[in-house]
Amino acid sequence: MSIPEELLYRRTHEWARKDGDQVVVGITHYAQEQLGEVVYVELPEVGNSVDAGEELGTLESVKAVSEFNSPAAGEVVAVNERLADEPNLVNEDPYGDGWLVRISGSPDDDLLDAEAYKKLVEEEKG
Amino acid sequence: MHPWIGAGDHDRRRILDELGLGTVDELFASVPAEVCVDRLPLPDAEDEATVFRHMRSLAESNVTMGSVPCFLGAGVYRHVQPAVVDAVLSRAEFFTSYTPYQPEISQGTLQAVFEFQTLMCQLTGMDAANASLYDGATALVEAAHFCHRALRGKRSRVVVAETVHPLYRQVLATYVVAEGLEVVTVPAGGDGRVDADALGKAVDGTVCGVVVQSPNFLGVVEDLPAAAAAAHGAGALAVHLVAEAVSLGLLAGGGSLGCDVVCGEAQSFGVPPGFGGPHLGFFACTEQHVRQMPGRLIGQTVDADGKRAFCLTLSTREQHIRRAKATSNICSNQGLMALAATVWLESIGGSGLAAMARSCLARTEELKRRIRALGGPWRLAYPSSPTFNEVLVLGPGSGAELAQRLADEGVLAGVPSARWGGSWPDGLLVAVTECSSASDLEVLVAAMGRIS
Repeated sequence: MSIPEELLYRRTHEWARKDGDQVVVGITHYAQEQLGEVVYVELPEVGNSVDAGEELGTLESVKAVSEFNSPAAGEVVAVNERLADEPNLVNEDPYGDGWLVRISGSPDDDLLDAEAYKKLVEEEKG
Repeated sequence: MHPWIGAGDHDRRRILDELGLGTVDELFASVPAEVCVDRLPLPDAEDEATVFRHMRSLAESNVTMGSVPCFLGAGVYRHVQPAVVDAVLSRAEFFTSYTPYQPEISQGTLQAVFEFQTLMCQLTGMDAANASLYDGATALVEAAHFCHRALRGKRSRVVVAETVHPLYRQVLATYVVAEGLEVVTVPAGGDGRVDADALGKAVDGTVCGVVVQSPNFLGVVEDLPAAAAAAHGAGALAVHLVAEAVSLGLLAGGGSLGCDVVCGEAQSFGVPPGFGGPHLGFFACTEQHVRQMPGRLIGQTVDADGKRAFCLTLSTREQHIRRAKATSNICSNQGLMALAATVWLESIGGSGLAAMARSCLARTEELKRRIRALGGPWRLAYPSSPTFNEVLVLGPGSGAELAQRLADEGVLAGVPSARWGGSWPDGLLVAVTECSSASDLEVLVAAMGRIS
């Protein structure tokens, strides 16, 4: 399982990558594995303002629908348009082409680093 | 106590002792005395056969739809009922089944529902239809919620034409209170259609949906493309509500007229008129919004051996999986009535439905001609508006008076148009279907001629 060192993580399995004064958001490799094949992604509208922890959208897989939450407060500046036709990018490349939302702002202070997140996943796996 | 034999004196005594009460009356002491009946004025007990004979003689004093010429409609329509409908319906595999909780082993039920969905898509001009809802009124409620969700909950007003069935609007008003939605009602104009100018003014950036029924409660065919354009101009969705589904055999469904949702009542398809129902709701929408569709959807797929098979689809959004975040609290569907509609439509066929609809129209136009010829106090409320199989007729007196006087003449002539309020004239809504014979029309017009 891949948990990149340079990213920050929410306890609900979203990752955040700081990119200048913006934050790129996605879900982790572990999260996509748990969801199964993603068949539909509902993304927020560009221009929406969000608080840290607020629901950003939903991911629908063949077996469940789950919300994903924002690891940053700010304004939605872009969403991954490719997911409309290729929702499985979330499974294939969760840290790359499967990114979800780009937010202007800084990552929330409560986020975990890679090591802490790895520990959380190991606990969840039991 | 035995689970299915009623309590005897001994059991009642034990229950009262347990409760610390002396008599059964003490149990009901909190019911105000003025609403209590001391003793029902019933005759002495009789044997079952005698009571049955008595009840039947009472029932025979009713005037029924089949016993006299009948033109009742206003949301419940009489159409031919091929015997095959009840024959299929009464098979135990269908009749006693509740919604399939283990859907993939219920291939017969799933196939029937899939066919129902396919038929509703073809008739409405939509991409997807669900497995049915309770009735037309709850379909309207679901449409309002659908529009609200589709615009991400940001717009909280729904514009509804006053010409939507008043009972449907009552049900909508009851539901939306809990959702924080506001219903804006646009009145009918002088031509029996929703007032187009008022509709245009009512639709703004706070509105998520615009609902127009066509043919409407007054029988008039609405201008759906104009309503859809008004909705879309403000970024709202347009809903075509249908109360008389046979009209779809002749008139285009909202899917081909720019609407985003077509929903309503399909009782006309194989469900006979009955006091209290059951009815059959349906709901269809464009593919763009299919994830906002309430209720159950059946899909077609292939099994492990590559053979055609049916499955529940998008059920990840239903309440047994998504709990409080489900799309709707509708989870099951009106399965048996959807089957009735499917068998009915498949036995009548596409050209049969079109012929039936043309027959409804032709007989209604014949009635309109005769009322024009009759003249005197009788006239059409909207003489130049297009109608399908129902017209608002005005005469010497209120709708309720006219209905009574014509019933005295031996005709169930229609439903009083003011029965549930409304800004329209108080007359009779007269419905004419393929079940209305030429002699029925003769009897009706002759009876009208005797009333002045």
